[in-house]
Amino acid sequence: MSSANPAGQTPNADRYLLRGAAVLGGERTDLLIGDGVILETGTGLSDARAAVLDADGLVVLPGMVDVHTHLREPGREDAETVETGTRAAALGGYTAVHAMANSSPVADTAGVVEQVYSLGRAAGWVDVRPVGAVTVGLAGEQLAELGAMADSRARVRMFSDDGMCVHDPVLMRRALEYVKAFDGVIAQHAQEPRLTAGAQMNEGKVSAVLGLTGWPAVAEEAIIARDVLLAQHVDSRLHVCHVSTAGSVDIIRWAKARGIKVTAEVTPHHLWLTEDLVRSYDPVYKVNPPLRSDEDVTALREAVADGTIDVIGTDHAPHPSEAKECEWAQAAMGMTGLETALSVVQHTLVETGMISWADFARITSATPARIGQLQDQGRLVAAGEPANLVLVDPAARWTVDPAAMATKGRNSPFAGRELPGAVKATFFRGHATVLDGALNTPYDFAGEL
Amino acid sequence: MRHLLSTEDLGRGDAVRILDTAEEMSAVGDREVKKLPALRGRTVVNLFFEDSTRTRISFEAAAKRLSADVINFAAKGSSVSKGESLKDTAQTLEAMSADAVVIRHWASGAPQRLANSGWIDAAVVNAGDGTHEHPTQALLDAFTMRRHWSRLNRNASTGADLTGLRVAIAGDVLHSRVARSNVWLLRTLGASVTLVAPPTLLPVGVEHWPCEVSYDLDSTLAKGVDAMMMLRVQAERMNASFFPSAREYARRWGFDDRRLASLDSLGLKDTIIMHPGPMNRGLEISSAAADSPRSTVLAQVRNGVSVRMAALYLLLSGDTREERNELTKVSSS
Repeated sequence: MSSANPAGQTPNADRYLLRGAAVLGGERTDLLIGDGVILETGTGLSDARAAVLDADGLVVLPGMVDVHTHLREPGREDAETVETGTRAAALGGYTAVHAMANSSPVADTAGVVEQVYSLGRAAGWVDVRPVGAVTVGLAGEQLAELGAMADSRARVRMFSDDGMCVHDPVLMRRALEYVKAFDGVIAQHAQEPRLTAGAQMNEGKVSAVLGLTGWPAVAEEAIIARDVLLAQHVDSRLHVCHVSTAGSVDIIRWAKARGIKVTAEVTPHHLWLTEDLVRSYDPVYKVNPPLRSDEDVTALREAVADGTIDVIGTDHAPHPSEAKECEWAQAAMGMTGLETALSVVQHTLVETGMISWADFARITSATPARIGQLQDQGRLVAAGEPANLVLVDPAARWTVDPAAMATKGRNSPFAGRELPGAVKATFFRGHATVLDGALNTPYDFAGEL
Repeated sequence: MRHLLSTEDLGRGDAVRILDTAEEMSAVGDREVKKLPALRGRTVVNLFFEDSTRTRISFEAAAKRLSADVINFAAKGSSVSKGESLKDTAQTLEAMSADAVVIRHWASGAPQRLANSGWIDAAVVNAGDGTHEHPTQALLDAFTMRRHWSRLNRNASTGADLTGLRVAIAGDVLHSRVARSNVWLLRTLGASVTLVAPPTLLPVGVEHWPCEVSYDLDSTLAKGVDAMMMLRVQAERMNASFFPSAREYARRWGFDDRRLASLDSLGLKDTIIMHPGPMNRGLEISSAAADSPRSTVLAQVRNGVSVRMAALYLLLSGDTREERNELTKVSSS
């Protein structure tokens, strides 16, 4: 595959001709990319100015959209910055990420969300869509100025106190109602706080042996059950973050059958890893919600396959090494995920035959873009559409090395594992942010600022 | 044996070997000069992130009777105040060439973390970690039970296990590292175990443990018990609604005077009453029970030193640090 930019081009004037890419893993076609869009598809295309990429054996998909990313900036630039986190996103095949609100200061004002939005534009690796906090300081007491964030340059549509649950039922009801004014969505981190005080891992047979305080499934399920009923009562949109239990899947399936406007996400790690890994007491496996049982993993995979769970969200949560090189109880919760998500979903769902690449495009791109209301993301791979694309080699095999990642976080639970599928190129607004599986250059927003 | 971290992964052979070695060590305690030269020149660090005078002095006495140099390190760092990290503390001890680290920690899994982290080369002995395990306590309990059981069966202790022994363990199983270590070790040694507790003080998942579970102390006693172990219960647990009041707890699950008397009427004349200490007299155990001839509380303390001598001896008497390093070099080359 050639990676040369034709001489004399400004980055945003890139033209690429992808030869023989399998669209969504199906029909093979050439794609001509230029002016930020897919100019033409078909066989035997040619373009004198375009750099030609041999995509034989590769799959082309719409650029992935993450509904759940922690970029840590502002405040914890030691853990991650918008620059490093979005480099990781581009390498992982993403063209848009939703940056969670638990920064410092919290993204609970128009000023902070505009700052994050601007940092994303300056970085130029992906679209950065800030998620606004539901409550001031994530404290769960008073609504943040949701309307101001919606009206800001960041055009926030998703609101979440992620990491904290909006546990007060009245406050949750009001939030669900209020965001209808600008067609927003509340993304709930479902965790009943009193049932999870000091919780360290899934409550069950492993926690009983390890003597670690349990995080019971019911603490997630009880909140989801309450929230879907609230969403029904006030006719609002609810999004459930990182669903982790079989019981939650049942409740969401029931809610959808009743026509309640609920969407749900699952992380790649909850589709694969189980609580048995905690027996090592290695905090790289400490995450919230916690790793659950084999039965839960099976239920989550089936829920993605049957559409009960709508999207993949990485919950990419980088931490500095000292936050993990310690006792389990002292360690921070969270795992990196942007650079492994595609491979883990391929391993757990595509290679198990549970979903197709077309389904992959739906759960990693089209539906996440719809939930976050990103107009130029999650579109068809067709002429005239914005060129937000990822080119994947599904036959590739690679071994996860956290030290080689673009994220500052070294806390990948997949370290040392061999994974299938590699991102060969990512196109963001028609510009190749990733070429030959390596970072190229960012998109230049300068003219649009 | 490289470390002693838990009884869950302790095989029958190693367990019996520790108990047999402890029998030999106990003879030292009966001598006028209570000292062996076995660990002369070795350094044992008692690294305590949680106060426990009883356990610390037991390990200190054990190491000193084996002629080891003992350093007591009361490390700061609670769940509230972080203090120095475990990694930095471990690397400090490594720089001081500690041969063994006896660690007590409020966090479950801290000893395993220390042993597997690569931060330190010393042998690690778990002296109680959070609500996970307390393997030397379980070993000293088993040692105490084995002596009793062998005497009843007119066998020699050495080489024996606990096949046929009926043990009941009553109290706050949920928060007890002693209960966990005892369940695994007693299973390995062939005893049958019944846990007795209010349902609130049993962990979710206890149904997978190799033991019986009962909510009723009287019916458990009526079925026949050879060793009755009471666990310490913190009265503050009532504030988190684990039980309504200390008095209700004592009535339903405490080993009180009535239950002490019932042992005779049930024909359980040889049943011993055990407690790891420190006791809450009047809560989980009455004074009459604690001070009765059936009580093994002080024998457990005495046996604790012997068992800890055995553990340190078996972990350290083999190769020196230098020899271990040589072996590592050879095996990795």
